Amino acid sequence: MLGYELELAVRSFRRNKALTLLMVLAVALGIGAAMTTLTVYTILAADPLPGRSQNVYIVHLDPQELVDYVPGEEPQDQLTRYDAEALLREHRADRQAMMTGGWVAIQPEHAQVAPFRAEARYTSGDFFAMFGTPFVSGSGWSAADDEARARVAVISQSLARKLFGGADAVGRTARIAGADFRIVGVMGPWRPVPHFYDLYYGKYADAENVFLPFSTSRDLKLERDGTLNCWGTQRSKDLTSLDASCVWIQYWVELGSAEKVAAYKRYLDDYSAAQKSAGRYERPPNTRLYSVMDYLRVQSVVPEDVRLQVWLAFGFLGVCLLNTVGLLLAKCLRRSPEIGVRRALGASRRRIFVQFLVEAGVIGLAGGALGLVVTLLGLWGVRHNGEAFAPIVSLDWTMLGTNFAIALLASLAAGLLPAWRACEVTPALQLKSQ
Amino acid sequence: MEVRPILSTLRRHKTAAALMVLEIAVTCAILCNAVFLIVDRIDRVTLPSGLAEHELVQIRLSDIAAREGQKARIARDFELLRRIPGVKSAALVSQVPFGNRSRAGGVNLTPDQPKATLNAALWDIDEHFFETTGVRVIAGRAFAPDEYHDFNDVFATGEMPQVPVVMVTRRTAEKVFPGQDPLGKTIYIWTTPSRIVGVVDELARPNANVQAPYSVLMPVRQTIGSGYFLLRTDRAQRDAVRIAAVDALMNADRDRVVVKQENLDDVRKDYFRQDAAMAWLLVAVCVALLVVTALGIVGLASFWVQQRTATIGIRRALGATRGQILRYFQTENFLLTTAGIALGLAGALAINLVVMAHYELPRLPWIYLSIGAIVLWLLGQLAVLGPALRAAALPPAAVMRLR
Repeated sequence: MLGYELELAVRSFRRNKALTLLMVLAVALGIGAAMTTLTVYTILAADPLPGRSQNVYIVHLDPQELVDYVPGEEPQDQLTRYDAEALLREHRADRQAMMTGGWVAIQPEHAQVAPFRAEARYTSGDFFAMFGTPFVSGSGWSAADDEARARVAVISQSLARKLFGGADAVGRTARIAGADFRIVGVMGPWRPVPHFYDLYYGKYADAENVFLPFSTSRDLKLERDGTLNCWGTQRSKDLTSLDASCVWIQYWVELGSAEKVAAYKRYLDDYSAAQKSAGRYERPPNTRLYSVMDYLRVQSVVPEDVRLQVWLAFGFLGVCLLNTVGLLLAKCLRRSPEIGVRRALGASRRRIFVQFLVEAGVIGLAGGALGLVVTLLGLWGVRHNGEAFAPIVSLDWTMLGTNFAIALLASLAAGLLPAWRACEVTPALQLKSQ
Repeated sequence: MEVRPILSTLRRHKTAAALMVLEIAVTCAILCNAVFLIVDRIDRVTLPSGLAEHELVQIRLSDIAAREGQKARIARDFELLRRIPGVKSAALVSQVPFGNRSRAGGVNLTPDQPKATLNAALWDIDEHFFETTGVRVIAGRAFAPDEYHDFNDVFATGEMPQVPVVMVTRRTAEKVFPGQDPLGKTIYIWTTPSRIVGVVDELARPNANVQAPYSVLMPVRQTIGSGYFLLRTDRAQRDAVRIAAVDALMNADRDRVVVKQENLDDVRKDYFRQDAAMAWLLVAVCVALLVVTALGIVGLASFWVQQRTATIGIRRALGATRGQILRYFQTENFLLTTAGIALGLAGALAINLVVMAHYELPRLPWIYLSIGAIVLWLLGQLAVLGPALRAAALPPAAVMRLR
């Protein structure tokens, strides 16, 4: 259908090889920059719990002193240990889990392997079901295990391989932080992006390798990690004790319906009011219940730099396109005589218009193909710059399609003006001047 | 140079000229802001820490399980570390600049102040801190040996912590006691008084907080948890010293794991990785922008030269010199670039307003606008030089023959 136009386009490119190459290169660079930054952005702004995130909420209470209180201000986004344990005990949501990050030393069975350090999460039983973590074998632990401060652990598949080789780790014993733990579950590959359930642990950190009951972690005084905010005067030796006025626990709940969300919010307000009348809280109830995606938005998880990079890259793409428009236009004006001849021989304005759009489109597709190479190079660069999110950056089919869609659309848009000018050429004038 | 003929020629190429102006404008707007951001990032990456970073190594260990007798073990560890060849000095600190581990608190002028005067990083330092880190005391004195106490005796007594003497950084002193001598003044971190006995020059906070670069030093030995050692050595020897130190520490006691062992230079590099990456990315975008714009100018100018071959020939035949033809294209480019720059500077300020709303960045200083303008003027002249020289080299006869 467009065979003749394509043939003419190729001929015209041959006549101006350097110029054609320049246009293709400019489009490729622009597309490459835009796609690299857009890919990183979509990955970093993704839903960490697809299909589940709308039912999972984080709980904020406001246990701080009245000093510095500004009505309506966002409360702390972590809870005190006291409040977290109280909410967990009262068990009012469909599922609920308290958690904090930490790390433990692990001593392999074989003495020749040196003890090593593993990232850990101290949490409660519902963690696994609420977040839908995959299990290769076994499962999480029960509320009874939490209650009993059981020495049970869920470990990642990679850690299981490191400790027990190929054998099933469930039922085996691992020496963690100087104590014997029974492995109850081996988790399959799981890396929610962002690391939404504890942003203090690293917004794009990998999931932990060891999961232990929170109660057990306090029993053994395991090392914790993350942010611990305190206020007032601490008279306690231990900032992680029940009576310390410090927030350091993340608390997540699963609520299956809008009614349940409203009811749970009321419950949190009532809880805060009760704490205030009991003299534990000084501030009026100031609670929040954010869904996963809302929480990520409120915390502006996607780095501002990444957002800026997208704008910058699209600005650059804009310059590349302006460049292409200018060059296409110059080229088409130079070809006025040729257009005049074609028009005189009976070609309609439409055909001339299509001819120039085809040329622009071919440049766009070539630029898109080369741009893909630039994008892959760009993503390779991002993967090697050592940031926490580096390992998860890759191109998927959607972005591949977007790549060519942007390239084609952009080049067609760039071709519109030159094509329009081309079909405006008056044949008689051109023929006369030859 | 007569400008009128140039303008009348450009009037016949309105669209192409407008496109070139627009391209230069967008390039200029992005360039000004990008250079500003690059300088801001470089400032961050090179933020002075006050420490002799090139000569320092940090090692942090942690026990496999909680146990007693920490103080004796730390004394033994120090013994081992000081025996390692190349170790000039060793200290135990609570945190290091850019190390992510941080403790902070409010500094008050009265014990019952509702809102703290400022928030400062709180450093627990031991007797060897100054000779190890190279942090300079610029007024007053360092702590006396009998002023140092163990962490547990200060913070784990069940009472309000008592830290009778503290040191502050120069900027903390200037902020809390502007225009006054801070020595001998009293501050309250808890409700108990602390007297300032000395001022140190520069000491960056662990989280590189440039908005509040304040620090208070307390004579407290970190005898809780596990060691967080800083070793001072020669720059060339630091890797060897680090490996030897970790070996010695682990051989003496295997019931622990190494949490961190790093040269302080690497700690900085890790901390500012994102800033450095962003700066490089901005540089790459600037270069690419300039190259694309320059090539665009070359392309368009070449076409114009070809298109006006006849005109050039006639002018040459009528007595125009090569220089005049050359200057014609140069002036034309200058006019277009100037229009683009004027538009671009307005765009740069507009972008700056948007960026200011999202980043803690000040208004774009004029210097960056002039940098953008000068770079684009030069770029335009450089890009047009080739096509313009080709135009000037056209022999009038050859051109006339075309007709």
